[in-house]
Amino acid sequence: MIYKVIAKSEFKRFTDALLRDNTSFGPRQVDTDSRGKAVYQFLPVTSSDDVAFNYTVTASSAKHFFLPFREELSRFVFQDQEWDQQINYEADPIVLIGLRACDISALNILDDVLLKGHFPSPYYLAKRKNTFVIGLDHLPLPDCFCKSMSHHTISTGFNLFCSDIGEDYYLSINSSKAFNFLKEFDTRDPLDDDNCRLVERRKIISDSFLSEVDVTALPSILDIEFDSPVWEKWGNKCLNCGTCAMVCPTCYCYSVEESFATNLKGATRQKKLYSCNLVDFAEVAGGHNFRPKNGDRLKYRYYHQHRGFAENANQQICVGCNRCGRACLAGINPKDVINDLRMEKESCLTNISSSPDRI
Amino acid sequence: MKHRGFTFEKLKIASFDFTCCEGCQLQLANRESTLIDFLELLDIKNFRELSSEQFDDYDIALIEGSISRQDEVERLQAIRRQAKTLVAFGSCACFGGVNSLKNKFSLKELVAEVYPGMKVETMPVKKISDVVKVDLSIPGCPVNKEEVERIMVNLATGSLVTLPKHPVCFECKAQLNTCLFELGEICLGPITRGGCNAVCTTGKTPCLGCRGPSEEINMPAFVELVKARELSLDDLQEKIAFYNAFEGFSNHEA
Ligand code: SF4
Ligand code: SF4
Ligand code: SF4
Ligand code: SF4
Ligand code: SF4
Repeated sequence: MIYKVIAKSEFKRFTDALLRDNTSFGPRQVDTDSRGKAVYQFLPVTSSDDVAFNYTVTASSAKHFFLPFREELSRFVFQDQEWDQQINYEADPIVLIGLRACDISALNILDDVLLKGHFPSPYYLAKRKNTFVIGLDHLPLPDCFCKSMSHHTISTGFNLFCSDIGEDYYLSINSSKAFNFLKEFDTRDPLDDDNCRLVERRKIISDSFLSEVDVTALPSILDIEFDSPVWEKWGNKCLNCGTCAMVCPTCYCYSVEESFATNLKGATRQKKLYSCNLVDFAEVAGGHNFRPKNGDRLKYRYYHQHRGFAENANQQICVGCNRCGRACLAGINPKDVINDLRMEKESCLTNISSSPDRI
Repeated sequence: MKHRGFTFEKLKIASFDFTCCEGCQLQLANRESTLIDFLELLDIKNFRELSSEQFDDYDIALIEGSISRQDEVERLQAIRRQAKTLVAFGSCACFGGVNSLKNKFSLKELVAEVYPGMKVETMPVKKISDVVKVDLSIPGCPVNKEEVERIMVNLATGSLVTLPKHPVCFECKAQLNTCLFELGEICLGPITRGGCNAVCTTGKTPCLGCRGPSEEINMPAFVELVKARELSLDDLQEKIAFYNAFEGFSNHEA
């Protein structure tokens, strides 16, 4: 890693040049909600003026630039008795500017799951390799809990990370591409004073978290609370809408659909991001559903996020951005659900109740 | 049509309109990019909007509209006797649709208002399945041509015909829309069957549920959410009643 300091006015020149010459996406305000709060999304940007540098958080994560909501995996062309399969992994290079530390952590987690397993995804790899990621630090929102998940700081997974130290940005440069491009702009090596300002900035960020989720021993609590009534309680509120998984930066479940072209001369295989909260997520051929109850489906989303699955070495994959909690119309959010589970476990310690039967 | 040892028969199809605006039938002629291929799948036996020729040897009957007169009942029963697959085509056919708003008033009142001084035979609006057995429902006001195309391809190739089971929200999120609840409106997206690609909410108009309930909707939780946001329960009731698609759910404390 190389560190540099750049004046904000010079950084503006840098981003203008970068965004002008590349297909780029950054945070933009799309709406003002009924409580007067600005709503942001990652959308196309062509100059630094388009980028809402002082944005809070985007409603949806940056995941879909790497795992599109819908993606064609392959295309088949039929000829007489034969067929051809065409596969295209290629991805056009893009610039993503303004990602938060937790957003970049989420990409690193997706890298673990999608690139380090037995079957690395070439589709994901092409997009990840061809995306120039510029991170931007920020003060947490009242409901951010990435600090509890240790994802409020980041040291890998980006090309460039900008810490706001007043008149300047403190740059962490993590790729030769970023380094070479920055050479054309006026930067300097950090001085003692810059380093002090960075430390101060990090401390302010770290001290600004208002939400805390106690995740110590959470995986084992989840195992113990497998049959907890907490799941039914929250499940009864769930609308089975899948919104939480769609906005989440680390939910990567998908379904695959194959369909004939209307002229019957070919077919496509499409991948669609899916969610474990949807009613037919665990439905199999013949119509049997392994998870017919809302609470079961909700539980499995929490299991995946906070206990992890084998392909991810049983690590938690939630980064604590609380996008799912903000977007859930039913008011279901990790903080309340996890606190409930903890209370449940503690009450069982004081009441010494017999453990429920496993069916 | 032949490929890889399989021969596909063209679908012998007919389309009939009842009480409706004929917007769904019109969709069949939509989506020009694949229109020729789509028509290639079909052997059209009877379809007033496309051709004046009429034959009675169809297998599939698309039924558009709801039933609001006795002569329609008889016509529909005759179609049922011929069709191997009877499709309720569009929200009017599936649920009664917008026409069902009529059922809130007395027939006498209605005739006096719409056809003053005329003698008009009419009855309360019924959905198709109230009158005959329905084999397949394709909801939507109007139907989504892409979905119709997919279903026809599946019928022609003998593949499983399905509708999405998830609600509209799921598709709305893929469009990066700001939720209309966040903008202070009631939207039926969380209880309505997806498959329309959230066209209305993408255009910033709340979903009125034209595709009917999604699989296993959670109506109590939905009503709770409207209350928690202090939105109007009258507005909710009006939206839920709009296409008559939530019969059986609509009385729920809202
Ligand atoms: S938890 Fe919330 S966002 Fe997720 S499926 Fe349930 S209701 Fe939808
Ligand atoms: S589960 Fe929720 S809080 Fe955790 S990463 Fe996903 S959206 Fe963010
Ligand atoms: S469902 Fe809508 S578009 Fe179709 S016929 Fe009825 S009113 Fe017209
Ligand atoms: S606007 Fe409607 S469809 Fe979209 S997320 Fe909100 S409730 Fe769901
Ligand atoms: S958003 Fe709702 S009302 Fe609009 S087409 Fe889809 S289901 Fe129908």
